Amino acid sequence: MMTGREAMQDHHPGVYDVAVIGGGVVGCAVLRELARYDLRLLLLEREADLAEGVTKGNSGVIHAGFNVPVRSLKARTNVAGLGIIYPLASTLGVPHRKTGKLVVALADEDRPRLEELKAQGDRSGVPGLEIVDEAAIRRLEPLARGRWALWSPHTGIISPYEFTYALAECAAQNGAEVRLETPVAAVSFRGGLFRLATPKGEFEARRVVNCAGLFADEVARLAGIDDYRVFPYRGEYLITDKDCGFRLAMPVYPVPPRDDPGLGIHITPTLEGHVILGPSAEPVGDKRDLASTREVMARLKAEAVRLMPGLAGVGFIHSYTGLRPKLVDPSGRGRFEDFICEESERRPGWISLVGIESPGLTAAPALAEMVVAMIGARMDLELKPDFRPERPVHRRFAAMADDKRAEAVAADADWGETVCRCEHVTRAEVVAALRNPFGARTLDTVKRRTRCGMGRCQGGFCGPRLVEILQDEGVPVDRVTKRGGGSRLFYGRIKG
Amino acid sequence: MKRNVPVETCDVAVIGAGPAGLAAALGARRAGAGKVLLLERDRTLGGILNQCVHDGFGLFLYKETISGPEYAERLAEDVAREPIAVETGAMVLDLTPKRVLRVNSRAGYRLVRAGAVVLAMGCRERTREMIEIPGTRPAGVLTAGSAQNLVNLQNLRVGNEAVILGSGDIGLIMARRLVFEGIAVKGVFEILPWAGGLERNVRQCLTDFGIPLELRSTVVEIRGRDRVESVVVARVDEAMAPVAGTERIVPCDTLLLSVGLIPENELSKRAGVELSPLTGGAVVDERLMTSVPGVFSCGNVLHIHDVADWASFEGSAAGENAARYAAGERAAGASVRVSAGPSVKYALPQRLTSGRDGAELSFRVARPLRDVRMEVRGNTSGKVYARKKYARLLPSELQKIKVKDAVAEDLEVGCHE
Repeated sequence: MMTGREAMQDHHPGVYDVAVIGGGVVGCAVLRELARYDLRLLLLEREADLAEGVTKGNSGVIHAGFNVPVRSLKARTNVAGLGIIYPLASTLGVPHRKTGKLVVALADEDRPRLEELKAQGDRSGVPGLEIVDEAAIRRLEPLARGRWALWSPHTGIISPYEFTYALAECAAQNGAEVRLETPVAAVSFRGGLFRLATPKGEFEARRVVNCAGLFADEVARLAGIDDYRVFPYRGEYLITDKDCGFRLAMPVYPVPPRDDPGLGIHITPTLEGHVILGPSAEPVGDKRDLASTREVMARLKAEAVRLMPGLAGVGFIHSYTGLRPKLVDPSGRGRFEDFICEESERRPGWISLVGIESPGLTAAPALAEMVVAMIGARMDLELKPDFRPERPVHRRFAAMADDKRAEAVAADADWGETVCRCEHVTRAEVVAALRNPFGARTLDTVKRRTRCGMGRCQGGFCGPRLVEILQDEGVPVDRVTKRGGGSRLFYGRIKG
Repeated sequence: MKRNVPVETCDVAVIGAGPAGLAAALGARRAGAGKVLLLERDRTLGGILNQCVHDGFGLFLYKETISGPEYAERLAEDVAREPIAVETGAMVLDLTPKRVLRVNSRAGYRLVRAGAVVLAMGCRERTREMIEIPGTRPAGVLTAGSAQNLVNLQNLRVGNEAVILGSGDIGLIMARRLVFEGIAVKGVFEILPWAGGLERNVRQCLTDFGIPLELRSTVVEIRGRDRVESVVVARVDEAMAPVAGTERIVPCDTLLLSVGLIPENELSKRAGVELSPLTGGAVVDERLMTSVPGVFSCGNVLHIHDVADWASFEGSAAGENAARYAAGERAAGASVRVSAGPSVKYALPQRLTSGRDGAELSFRVARPLRDVRMEVRGNTSGKVYARKKYARLLPSELQKIKVKDAVAEDLEVGCHE
């Protein structure tokens, strides 16, 4: 029997079995899950790197699943995803930590809300939830305070973009193609195939998985599917210095405010020891409006200090903003809308994932399995015997012991060239990041893959050095950008 | 210590080879240190001097005014004449309280045990994020020093139309530099009621080129998705909060920040060095020794200097004292504290060995002052140890004063108009 790929290539050379639109965590999880099978795969991403949309702007929390209604797709994929994501992150070599999490009630009257969340979580199969008292809160997280808290031992933290890169690198290693700066501009149909028109040419695919995040509604509409409308809700964050003297062990959340379209402004540690405050949740008119505002920055600090008084006066090294792709229109605050993951009846073979907001990061691997099951229901999927579940190893100089550092430098002097002073990133790591399999070559490409420029000087020192290395790696000065598109850094040389 | 990691020893290790570190290495040799190791993370000696192509350096050290690179070259030549082990491209990643350095360089990764250490790592610039400017995050927002590096050392055109926030010296120098390169400077905005940089720089870099300096104003928003498209500036009130209704959009594609320098004390912290909240640098005694025995500090990592020459003088002294420490010399006696009094931002050193005479104190005022009576007063006795009158004192200018007598009580440096 011929495999799906052989059968197809027989008749349609150059045709992909599945094209995934959107290189966020969901698209990349789908791509990797599909890469287990003998399929010709393509992922199209409009931006200059992966994880540049919804994925990069969240709290980086692995959710346990008690915040969403029982039996909803959100709850099912969250709880299923929780079971997948820890071993998956380990397989892929993505740093992560099961920290546990506290949802704290500052007053006795908020305790019923904690009970509700616990009951909801218990019914969805979230493991280990407990209501704990003041003494237990202090023991679990000395920086937190509260009368009562919901303790979730299986919540954790992970870098959403590192996870996304790892998923895509694994998929690429198993033969999937990833094309950046390739937005889908039009969709047409011919002979049972989807033709995706992009500025970089047309691509033909038998099936399409639309994981376009904020733009999933618009991409669906290109295929004649006018079923969705995505509303961007902006969330602003602040990040402290690692040296702020504040060693937070786990995320600490307030009781979710009833009128907040998010989970409330919470305090989350990063794996590197920063503390993140946020996010706000406000509907905005523009799907690319990532501006921070003075009002919200002030509110984040006030809310965070209310939850954790020790944060008063702490300095920040960075702020960022994310956009949630919500299905609830701004007038319907508080209404619940579920994830959508469905095949179009109008356009069989076209699967859309829409409204994948929180807990989408945790749910992504479970959503990916769902998508594969949907595709498998219509065609025979054959496992590849040589599928490699891991990805190429990424070593981090800052995390190496002395003897490993000495060995690394002796083997390759690039490990001896420290490019980033704050985060101790070496030239070897920067060069490896720039040689990623997707061809992403922006400053943010390096920053998010190596942490170069993420420290307290925010690129003041390593920025000029990176510009030199980019040129050494063949990027002309006029093509050096922060994140692709029009984000150019330079307007040529000053003299001759 | 791990096996398989090379370990070397030296008498004095100097971390950083800018104006302070180069002078410190020379000072250590002059005071008789045998093996002096000078570690520089950049590829060349001189540190930030190399990107300061303007002149105005060397007036005090060489009695003539030369450019930054020339100043660096002279010091580097002096260093080359001495048997000083110089290593460029060498980043010190860690310093322990027992003076073990972890050093990474293309030549290898190793540990260095030093008899004494001189911290001369310099400073870094305050960023957009530290002052929390709201708005978008486009390309085209950079610190003045980074821009100076890109323009002067890499010959890159960083923009076409710039706004400069903050009137620190580098910002002022860069305003003129950009104009020289045909990049329009729409204005310099300073949140304080006075300029942050030296008066001569305001005159020579802004006034002479017709670049407006707007005091009591700041950038309240950055606009532009991919590249800066404009900034919104506004007046500020006495509490430095933006005044509603005074906002104005200034179209530009570049925003340079010259909003302050921060001594780069990450290594000092790792070694457990006590830092001063007033300077951001180490608390030192008259030998420039920090709270960690055998670890000395000088130059911009100790406190921000307005003139490179002073950083060199300080480095020289720190190097000499480090050599003496490495040779086993120890100061005897208790110490007294020196604190900043009225209108004084900080005074250095913060500790003096009790009973020693002839100490030199440096201080900087917190705001511009006129007809000033400066006094160094004993906290217990009320005795005035030194006094001096000034017609004017500016926060941008570091002042020095000698205390002739031996001191056995805590001192306060104060200024009265």
